[in-house]
Formats: sequence, structure tokens, C-alpha cells
Amino acid sequence: MSSAAKTPSPLRMAARTALILFLFVIAFTGLLAAAYQWTRPAVEAAALAEKMKLISEVLPSELYDNDFLSDVRPLAATPELGLEQESAAYRARRQGVITALVFEAVAPDGYSGKIRLLIAVAADGTLLGVRVTQHKETPGLGDYIEPRKDKNKEHPWIRQFDGLSLAALGEHDWRVKKDGGRFDSLAGATITPRAIIRAVHKALQHFAKHRAEWLADGTREEKSDDQPR
Amino acid sequence: MISRAEFKEIRDNGVWHQNTSLVQILGLCPLLAVTSNMVNGVMLSLATILVMAIANVAVAALRNLIPHEIRIPVFILIVAALVTVVDLVFNAQFHELYQVLGIFIPLIVTNCIVLARVEAFANRNPPLQSAFDGVFMGVGMLWTLALLGGLREFIGGGTLFAGIDMVIPALRPWQILPEDYPGFLLAILPPGAFIVLGCLIAWKNWVEARTAARRSRGQSATTLGKLVGGA
Repeated sequence: MSSAAKTPSPLRMAARTALILFLFVIAFTGLLAAAYQWTRPAVEAAALAEKMKLISEVLPSELYDNDFLSDVRPLAATPELGLEQESAAYRARRQGVITALVFEAVAPDGYSGKIRLLIAVAADGTLLGVRVTQHKETPGLGDYIEPRKDKNKEHPWIRQFDGLSLAALGEHDWRVKKDGGRFDSLAGATITPRAIIRAVHKALQHFAKHRAEWLADGTREEKSDDQPR
Repeated sequence: MISRAEFKEIRDNGVWHQNTSLVQILGLCPLLAVTSNMVNGVMLSLATILVMAIANVAVAALRNLIPHEIRIPVFILIVAALVTVVDLVFNAQFHELYQVLGIFIPLIVTNCIVLARVEAFANRNPPLQSAFDGVFMGVGMLWTLALLGGLREFIGGGTLFAGIDMVIPALRPWQILPEDYPGFLLAILPPGAFIVLGCLIAWKNWVEARTAARRSRGQSATTLGKLVGGA
């Protein structure tokens, strides 16, 4: 009898172990929840600041005086932009008039999968700038499409797009020099720039085709909505 | 507390004898993915040092409360929760550092080094010793990954410290080979990591074999001297 008291039955042992595991789970879930709650405002603010920073690289500050992150034109999934899911275009305005649009496009045919781009186009169809937001190109080879990884710091590759437009470059100039176009590329990594050039070209064509639609948006109603901010 | 000899043993085990990458061969997934250059290797190691020290201390402090039968799930729970908390706190409080280190922190959750040290060391030792164990296991990983990344980067692209400007904006990567060096892609791709790691393991074994041979030769020489002296 006394030995039974010392070694509890298997059922009791299992119950005890389960209880301890349960308490650990409660304690650490609580810790996680507390950490999440405590850090959430700062994390959200940082994510927003990051987005703003990326957009401000392609969008000159003199072009807008509105809070364009909340001035959104929804974009349906658009194959011409490589978008498989709904996305949004941000509208930069100056005194209520749309001066530029910032939107996402995807080059589906990078060397290792999709390359996500952020493109800013002025209302007249001039490219303000392009930035790569996400890619899986070979490190040290195809990743010069990111300015911070580009060895050429004075003239990063991606800035070749600045100021271009469909009017300035003919149909056949939207290629790397190797293929008879106008764009530089690094030897050994031409698939990556080809994909981006194609995607940007298509995006500009899409914008030109739907320009009226993208710019006409009932400014007046929107404006009254914007006023209270 | 901790004796000098104990400290030395923990240090030497972590940095050399039980080196995570060269001897235990643990955590190869991030090791292969990340060490295409030196800066990445160092950054991943720094994040690992931090997480291992915290996880080891937590487990060592709670070790008497954890029943033996369910220790592995509890360890996983503790490690995953702590890594997530570190990730959140970094993102919120040190955002600039997070942009550099951040992508490496989630990689650590899946890294069996942390679990291995918790199970093999922190489960049986007091918090202070466990903290040192975590730090020095990380230091062992640090120099190995720095060397691995540096070699791959040099062979693959002819540079060193690529990406350093993302950590310290004032610094620039060092172009060692001429600008027109065509690069050696294999070294940068994952198979290159296996090949260079294999060479590093061979080098470590060679160093150890040589010192062992020297020591035994030295020992036999002194015993011989004693014998001669005694005679």
C-alpha cells in the first residue's frame, strides 16, 4: 500500500504531465500575446514608414500635397500588369488634381520567379521611377536591380527608367542593348533586366490605354471626402 | 557561480571542439541559404547568439519544473515563443537593425542548433553556464559562417564585405579582384556552400590530426627524456 502511494498510477501521472504542459502553453501563449499587443503600434508605424520611404523614392515630393496612402484606386487582377490578385494604385494629387499614380506590377518571368515592382507614372505618362520590392534573383548576380545591392552607386541600374515614356522610346528600344534596345545590363545576367523592361513597358502601355479611366475619378466628390483630414 | 576551468571548457567546446557547423553539422538550412556573403553569415550568427543565450537561460531556469517525458514539446514551445518575442521586439524597438537582421530571426526557429543546446546543455546546467554555452556555441558559428561566407563571396564575385553598407552606411564593400572578374556562380549557389563547408571540415580535421600527432610525439619525447634522465 505504501509503495502505491509513492508511485502514482499511470493515469494520475498522465494527468499531471498534461496539466504541466497545459500550464506551459498558457504561460507562453500569454507571453506571446502580451509581446504582440505591446509591439503592435510600433510595428505598424514602421511598416507604414517603410512603404512611404519606398514610394518617396519614386515620387518627388513637389508632386503631391495629399495623403496618397489613403487615396486609393482599387485595381482588379490585371494580367497586363502581371497582377494575379487585386491591388491598388495610390493617387498623388496637388491641389486636388491627380499628378501621378503609384502602383504595383509584377514581372512574371524573372530568372527565379516573379519580380514585384513599384512603378510611379506621372499623369502625362512619363515614368517617374521604378523600384523592385520583392525578387528571388541570384544573389551577387541578378540582384543589381536593387539599388542598394547595385555596385554602381552613382547610377544604379533601375534608375535608367527615370523620365522615360512611350513617346521617348520606340517599340524596339524597350530591350537590353544586347537585343538591340537602349538598356544596359550586366554580362551574365540579362534574363532579369529583360523581364523588368518587359514588365515596365507593358505597364506603361496599359496606363496609356486606360489613362482617361485612371485619371478621371470624380475629383470633386473625393475632394469633399478628403477635406476633414 | 562558475569556475575558471568550467568557463574555459564551455568556451573551447563552443568555439572549436563542438563547433556547431564543423563538428555537430547542425542548422545547415540557414547556413547554406545565407552564407553567399560574409556580412549575411555574421548577421545570422549574431541573431543566433542572442536567441541561443536567451533560450538557454530560460530553459535552465525552468529545468526543474519540466517533466522529463514532455521536455521536447516544452523546449520547442519555449524556443518558438522566445524567438517570436525577440522578432517582435526587434521590429518595434530597433527597426533599423531589424531590417538587417530581421530576415534571419525566423530562420532560427527552424534551426536545430537551438533545440540541441537546450536539450544537451541547458537542461542539465544552471542559467549562468547555459548562457555562456549559448553565446560561445554562437561564436563558434560566427567565425565559421564568416569564413564560409567570405570564401564563397571572394570566389564567386571577387569581393568581401558586400552589403556592409546596409549595416554601417559609411562603409563600402571591398572589391579585391578586378571589376571585370566574371564571377564563379557555383560558389554563390547552394552547392557552393556544401563544397566550401566540406573543405572547411577537412581543414579542421587536418589541424586536429596535426596537433594530435605533435602532442603524442612530444609526449613520447618527454617520456624518453625521463627514462634517459632516470637512467
